[in-house]
Formats: sequence, C-alpha cells, structure tokens
Amino acid sequence: MRSLFYLCAALAVMALAFWAYRENYATQQALKDVSKLNREISALREAIRMQRAEWAYLNRPERLSELAAVNFDRLGLLPLQSEQFARPENLPMPPVDLPDVTDAVDVMAATAEEEAQP
Amino acid sequence: MIRTPLRPLARILPARARGENPDVIERENIRLRHETMRERARERAQGRLVLLALGFCAGFAAVGARMAVLAASEPTEPRSAPATAQIQAQRADIVDRNGRVLATNLATHALYAHPQDMVDPVRAARELARIFPDLDAEKLQAQFTGESKFVWVRRKISPEQRQEVHEIGEPGLLFGTREMRLYPNGRLAAHVLGGAGFGQEGVHSAEVIGTAGLEKALDGRLRGLEDPAELGRPLTLSLDLTVQAVVMEVLGAGMKLLNAKGAAAIIMDARTGEIVSMVSLPDFDPNDRPRPPTSGEPSDSPLFNRAVQGVYELGSVMKIFPVAQALELGLVNPDTKVNTKGPMTLGRFKVRDFRNYGPELSVTQVIVKSSNIGTARIMSEIGPVRQQAFLSTLGFLEPIPLEMVEASGGKPLLPRKWGDIASATISYGHGLSATPLHAAVGYAAMVNGGYLVRPTLLKGDAPAQGPRVISQKTSDQIRVMLRQVVTEGTARMADVPGYMVGGKTGTADKLKPNGGGYYKDKVMANFAGAFPMNDPAYVIVVSLDEPVETSGSEPRRTAGWTAVPVTSEIIRRVAPLLGLRPVIEPAPSVALTRARN
Repeated sequence: MRSLFYLCAALAVMALAFWAYRENYATQQALKDVSKLNREISALREAIRMQRAEWAYLNRPERLSELAAVNFDRLGLLPLQSEQFARPENLPMPPVDLPDVTDAVDVMAATAEEEAQP
Repeated sequence: MIRTPLRPLARILPARARGENPDVIERENIRLRHETMRERARERAQGRLVLLALGFCAGFAAVGARMAVLAASEPTEPRSAPATAQIQAQRADIVDRNGRVLATNLATHALYAHPQDMVDPVRAARELARIFPDLDAEKLQAQFTGESKFVWVRRKISPEQRQEVHEIGEPGLLFGTREMRLYPNGRLAAHVLGGAGFGQEGVHSAEVIGTAGLEKALDGRLRGLEDPAELGRPLTLSLDLTVQAVVMEVLGAGMKLLNAKGAAAIIMDARTGEIVSMVSLPDFDPNDRPRPPTSGEPSDSPLFNRAVQGVYELGSVMKIFPVAQALELGLVNPDTKVNTKGPMTLGRFKVRDFRNYGPELSVTQVIVKSSNIGTARIMSEIGPVRQQAFLSTLGFLEPIPLEMVEASGGKPLLPRKWGDIASATISYGHGLSATPLHAAVGYAAMVNGGYLVRPTLLKGDAPAQGPRVISQKTSDQIRVMLRQVVTEGTARMADVPGYMVGGKTGTADKLKPNGGGYYKDKVMANFAGAFPMNDPAYVIVVSLDEPVETSGSEPRRTAGWTAVPVTSEIIRRVAPLLGLRPVIEPAPSVALTRARN
C-alpha cells in the first residue's frame, strides 16, 4: 500500500514537472513571438509612414497640375470654375414611384415610361 | 532516561554513620540537577536566537541583492506588453486642414567612420568620394589616417547610397539611424513651415528640432515635450493645400508678368482668423533650406516672409480706417460732403490727390476715388490721439502674434512724433509701415460685423470671436463702400462675377533705404479686401513689390493695374475651391442701398 502511494507521488511529481517545463517553454515561445510581431508591426508602421510620405509626394499639387496639363488631350481637366456650381433643384432627380427591383425588365419598362412622360 | 537519585544510599549511609545530615547531600544534588537544566534551556534559547538572526540576515540579503540587481540591470520594456502606438515617431506630422501631409518624418541613415577599425583607409576614402561626389578624397584620407577615432562622413544618406557604402566592404564605416524631416510638397507653404534640422546628435539617434517658422514656434508641441501622447497626433493647420498651391501659382505668374521683385498674399477667414493661405515670393525649398544671408537687404533673401515680416507703407489701403472711425464716432455719414479742394496745406507739407476730384466729394466717393485730401480732412476731425487709440485696438502698433518665430519681426514702423501732420499722412497710408498681415486683421474687423480676430495658423474647433471694435452698422456701411470701390472705383478689375469682391487699393512709393525721401519709380502695390461682400467669408490681401505694367504706352505702377488683376484672378480660382457658391447679385443692389438710405 505504502509503496503504491510512493509510486503515485513520484509519478505525480514527474507529471507536474513535465507540465511546468512545458508551460515555461510555451511562455518563452509566446514572448519570442510577441517581440517578433512587435518588430514586424514597427517595420510595417515605418513602411506605412514611408508610403504616406510617398503618397503625399506623388500627390503634391505641383505634380498633379503638370500631369493634368500633360494629359489634357485624354482627360480635359481644367481648374474648377464658379459656373460648375449647381443648385440641387436643377439636378435631374430619379422618378419617385419606381417599382421594387424584382424583375429587371419591369424596371426598364417603368423607367422608359417615366422618361416618355413630359 | 536515567535519573540520578537525589539520595543515593551509597553516600547517605556513610554520612549517617559519620553523624552528618543526609539532607545536605540531597540539596546538593538538587542544585546540581537544576544547574544542568538551566544550562540546557540557555543553549536552546541561544540556538533559537541565532536561527532568528540568520533568518533576518537572509531576508535583508535577499532584499539587498534584489535592489542591487535592479540597480545594475539595463531597463527593458515588458516583453509581453502590447506594442504601443507609434512610439518610434520623434516629431509629430503636420497636416493641412483636410488632413493632407505637409511635413512628416522619414527613417534614414547617417554615415560615420571609426578610422582605427579600418582595413584600407585610402581605398575607403577614394570609394566614398566616388559615391558622394561632393566629398574630397584627399581630405577624407587625411581624416581617416589621422589621430581621430571618430569621423562624421554624411548626416543623411539615401538607401541606394547606403547599399553602395555597404559594397565597399570596409568594417570601419558604420551607419547610425536617423529620422529626417520631409516636406513632400516642396516649396508649398515653405515660409509657414520654416524648416527643421538636427539638434543634439548621437551615433544612434539625433534630435530633430525646428529651425524656423511654425516648426520652431511649436517645437515643444511637435516633439511632445509637454504631452508625449501628442506625438501620435498630427498637428492640423488652417492652411488649405489646394488653395495654397493655386495662390502660389497665380501670384507667381502675376509677379513674373509684372516684373515684380517679390509678392505676398494672405487669405484669412474673416470670422475666425484662420489663415487659409499665406504665400510669400520668392520662396525656397524647406527640405534644403538655404542659409540666412549675411549681407545685403534681408528682404532680398528668399527666407524673408513678406506676408509677416514685410513692413512697408500700405498706402491708400489704410484710408478705410479713418473713415470707419469717423463713421463710428458719428462725425460723418456716408453721404457727408468733404472738401477735397487741393492742394491741402499742412505745415510745410502739401497733400495732393492722384488727380483733381473737384471741390467736394461724399465720404463714400472719397474712398471710391481714393482721395488723399478727403481722408486727411476727415482725419483732422478725429485727431491724432483718437487715431492712435483706434489703430492700436486694430493691432497696427505692435507685431501681430502668430504661430511662427518670424511673427515678432513684423513690428510696425511708427512716426517719431504722432502730431497733426503724421496723423494726416497716416490716414492715407504714409508714415506708418505695417505688414500685409496687419492689413488682413484690420480688414477682417472692418467687414465681419466689427469684431477683432486673432489670426492663427492652426485649425480651431470653436469659432473665436474677439472684442468688438466697430458697430455692426459701421461695418455694413464700410462693406458698401468697399464694394463700390470695385464696382465703380479704383479696383474695377477686381470684380469676379458671382463673388461680390470688395476692397481697397493702395499704391505706396517705396522709401529710400537710407532716408532721403521716396523713389519715383518704385512702388508697393497693395490690395486688401474681402469676398463675398454680402456676407464676407474671407479676407484677402495681395501685395506686389515694385510691379510695372508695360502693356500701355507708358509703364503703369498703380495697384489698380497690378495688384488688383492678380487678386481678381486669385479669387476667381480660389473661391470655388473654398466651397463658395457664386451669388447672382441683386440687380440694382437691394442690400447695398440700405445703408445709403
């Protein structure tokens, strides 16, 4: 009886020691992962800063206006004019009583009717 | 346990036989027994004391050892803590009012050398001179082979240059990390931002400190000296990047077209004092800030911020202030007739007008036609004491505070003796020199309903309203006058359809630098005004240094031909960008006739 108790105690000690060591190594590994991730995060932050700076550099008004001038044939961009302001009531508004979009053909027919009306 | 008997028969019997008292023997034995017992107890107590002492010693030793370990060890971040936000930034970013980056930091490297670790200093010097053409191989070689143990080679190098230096393969060449201030927009807002440079330098890092402009004035905020949490938050300026770019472009083109030496423009929110755009030309690249000039006029340097530091006579721009004061004091109303018969004699001075405007003009016409005589006559009613007090409330006697170190350089030049003559000349803008920023602040108070504004470069959260300087009624009358200057007066070219520009021109002959009066052919052409005049949102001041308009038969220098067209083009381009909807002006001005009855 007594020897069985000793055997159990010894086994329990071994099992606990095994568990404790495993936890210890797992913790160390987790800490290593954390510091690796932290390094990665700061490297990525640095990269984001760099790209923000580059974005700002590539979007500087001087360059954009040059690009607009160079690509005028394709884009036809001109400075904003006061005539380009409009009032909301002057904008064409979609008709109010459209049916639900359940069937595309119905909707097309309905909008065509709507447009046909003066 | 063996007990020693107290009355051993072996001794009792012989003692009895000798006739002695056997109790003596018993007492003797009791004494001996007690002695041994006491001895044992003492030893036990002593042992316990020693044990206790050892325990205390161990405790103190443990505490002491822990303290020693803590004191001697390197401090480390707790490794399991989550990464805190952006602790690596040394200096906060600066962004415009819409969040676009005006200044940020970039990680870069500095190159230094440990000559004692060098394998082949001669080759290293040669290779470095090849990579950096501005370095001198001979000089580097002398440094590398000399006594010194540490040599700075370059403060900032690019990643490509760093790779090339790596490829030399010299162990004595080392890199230190650096944060570099970067202004991605180059010259844009250069004067506002100023510049930054390295402060205290170490091998592994260097302080980045502001050297001029806003970077220097708000250095503490940008470096998070008061609150480190501010490092992560960018500083938001009131400037609008797009507006700034357009103003710079138009002003630059105008300056070139009119052969001007320099130019400045300020666009300021008339109610809050937020400066939306501030341009001074010629300008510079803050990424590569030129050294301050050691000789010559400071105003010739591109570092000179004309908008804030350029103290010049503003000319007729100033005329609105005596008129506003006279209206406020109830001395005149807009239709009061003023004697403008010239020339007007003041002591040994004669005040003349640009041309003869007849015997009398109404107060409104004095402003519209810009009559010196008329303004001087109005001023004579007010007197120098009240004039000085009024200009003082508007801030014309002190530098205007602004978040830039250069702001203190804008100290107005005042007359030595502020008598009747000085008072008259100041009324039409001569004898008192101030900056375009002074004009902007003064005009904001004139048109925004009479409140003084405090100009700022920072985007504010709450509308800031200063003390009232003129009444709402006076401000309304002033607005009508300034609008008429544009519709029928000296600034007709300033009209921009839909934006109801109003303002006043001013052409001031430049003073010769060492006294001796005025130049005949060098002027400062100014325009100060606001738009849209029915509800002024922005104040604009444009100033050109020595402009000449040469399209006509003879050169024209007045502001109406120089500063005014430039202003009109700026407003035409900028007003839509500021989100102002063009207003169709009410036909024969319903709102504008109100004040004229």
